[in-house]
Amino acid sequence: MPSVTLTVNGKQATVEVENRTLLVQLLREHLGLTGTHVGCDTSQCGACVVHVDGASVKSCTLLAVQAAGTNVLTIEGLAKGDELHPMQAAFRENHGLQCGFCTPGMVMSAVDLAHRNAHPTEHEIREWLEGNICRCTGYHNIVKAIKAGAEAMAGSR
Amino acid sequence: MYDFKYQKAASVADAAKVIGADGEAKLVAGGMTLIPTLKQRLAKPSALIDLGGIAELKGIRREGNAIVIGAMTKHVDVANSPEVKSAIPALAELASHIGDPAVRNRGTIGGSIANNDPAADYPSAVVALNATVITNKRKIAADDFFKALFETALGSDEIVTAVSFPIPEKAAYMKFPNPASRYAIVGTFVAKTGGNVRVGVTGAGPCVFRWKEAEAALGKSWNGDALKNLSVKADGLNSDIHASSEYRAHLIGVMARRAVAKAG
Ligand SMILES: Cc1cc2nc3c(=O)[nH]c(=O)nc-3n(C[C@H](O)[C@H](O)[C@H](O)COP(=O)(O)OP(=O)(O)OC[C@H]3O[C@@H](n4cnc5c(N)ncnc54)[C@H](O)[C@@H]3O)c2cc1C
Ligand code: FES
Ligand code: FES
Repeated sequence: MPSVTLTVNGKQATVEVENRTLLVQLLREHLGLTGTHVGCDTSQCGACVVHVDGASVKSCTLLAVQAAGTNVLTIEGLAKGDELHPMQAAFRENHGLQCGFCTPGMVMSAVDLAHRNAHPTEHEIREWLEGNICRCTGYHNIVKAIKAGAEAMAGSR
Repeated sequence: MYDFKYQKAASVADAAKVIGADGEAKLVAGGMTLIPTLKQRLAKPSALIDLGGIAELKGIRREGNAIVIGAMTKHVDVANSPEVKSAIPALAELASHIGDPAVRNRGTIGGSIANNDPAADYPSAVVALNATVITNKRKIAADDFFKALFETALGSDEIVTAVSFPIPEKAAYMKFPNPASRYAIVGTFVAKTGGNVRVGVTGAGPCVFRWKEAEAALGKSWNGDALKNLSVKADGLNSDIHASSEYRAHLIGVMARRAVAKAG
């Protein structure tokens, strides 16, 4: 079996996988990082979004072997100990989640947006969320949360 | 997903050798089409040859009067490229509306045109800008490249290495996206290059095509009104739960007029 070495949330990991193992399976089943969710498994919902070398990707649509040597950041890697990341805090304060299933992917997509665009407008946020589906909230509070989270991230820089 | 062998190709020659020797092996670029296909067990390749590590396939450069984009260049990099934005803003804009951000962070121009999905965006630009597809073996003119539904002129051991887009005087792309997938229900790319007008239509038929009546009319007068009395026949166009062929035929004209207005 191929073995894949990559960095996940700052720690190096070497994992034995099959060639067909998806990155999301490596994260959830091999490393126990179940914060990254699988919603659709058809590349549409964005519940599985993580960062690979700083860019948001759908971890259900990337083979683990393709991620060898990369730097992966998952929802578990955002908080500093007990202190939530500003984007996570903004989701909590703005009621940006209900069941929470889509939330890890929403937060990871939002952090990528804030890195590329420090002060996104409501329209830009809505366009950015084209690949993140939420069945609960109606998006309104997610958009509010992302706006607040991006501003908080810009302020703390 | 069925299992397969996996190999990172070191060079184009290396990748060509492997797919030449094993007819069941498949190239993988961004994987945004191929991996979902494998997950549905719609394909069963013996091996995946990953083009991801080949530096010579990446990047965007200006060569004389053309913008040359390497096959492994991601949609996000075309969308954000200063060269593309200044020389062919319509192409950067097209790339910025493919799928969603995570898809644009992985999907590549080479994968998109090699796949030739009837609703993909890039084929319309390749056709309307009269681009040249460069492979490891030859150069293929846009009009000869896209053959039929998911079919191109590529041979079984042929690899797209780059696409060369002549810089137009005017160009614009308008798409009527499927609200869920963002693929084109109809997308129309209009371009005027060296005085020649070309109109590429995607999403509407089984394969991208040129709307030649519109090209002739716009050649005489570059104005949306020139298209007023033209219509496209619905025969042979796609009809599905998203849109009937009649609706698609109508949209071609609407998108073409809007594109001409946008191009200015
Ligand atoms: C949710 C979602 C939404 C999308 N929305 C859109 C959209 O709105 N518009 C749009 O145009 N597309 C859309 N796509 C498709 C996306 O643009 C793909 O990235 C693209 O079609 C395929 O590119 P890829 O690099 O991912 O190729 P892959 O999936 O890796 O490969 C596709 C095919 O091309 C072959 N191939 C790849 N590279 C080469 C090469 N250099 N030479 C020869 N053959 C090659 C492969 O063997 C394979 O058969 C969407 C995809 C998803 C998952
Ligand atoms: S689980 Fe990956 S996009 Fe839905
Ligand atoms: S909060 Fe339930 S799916 Fe988004």
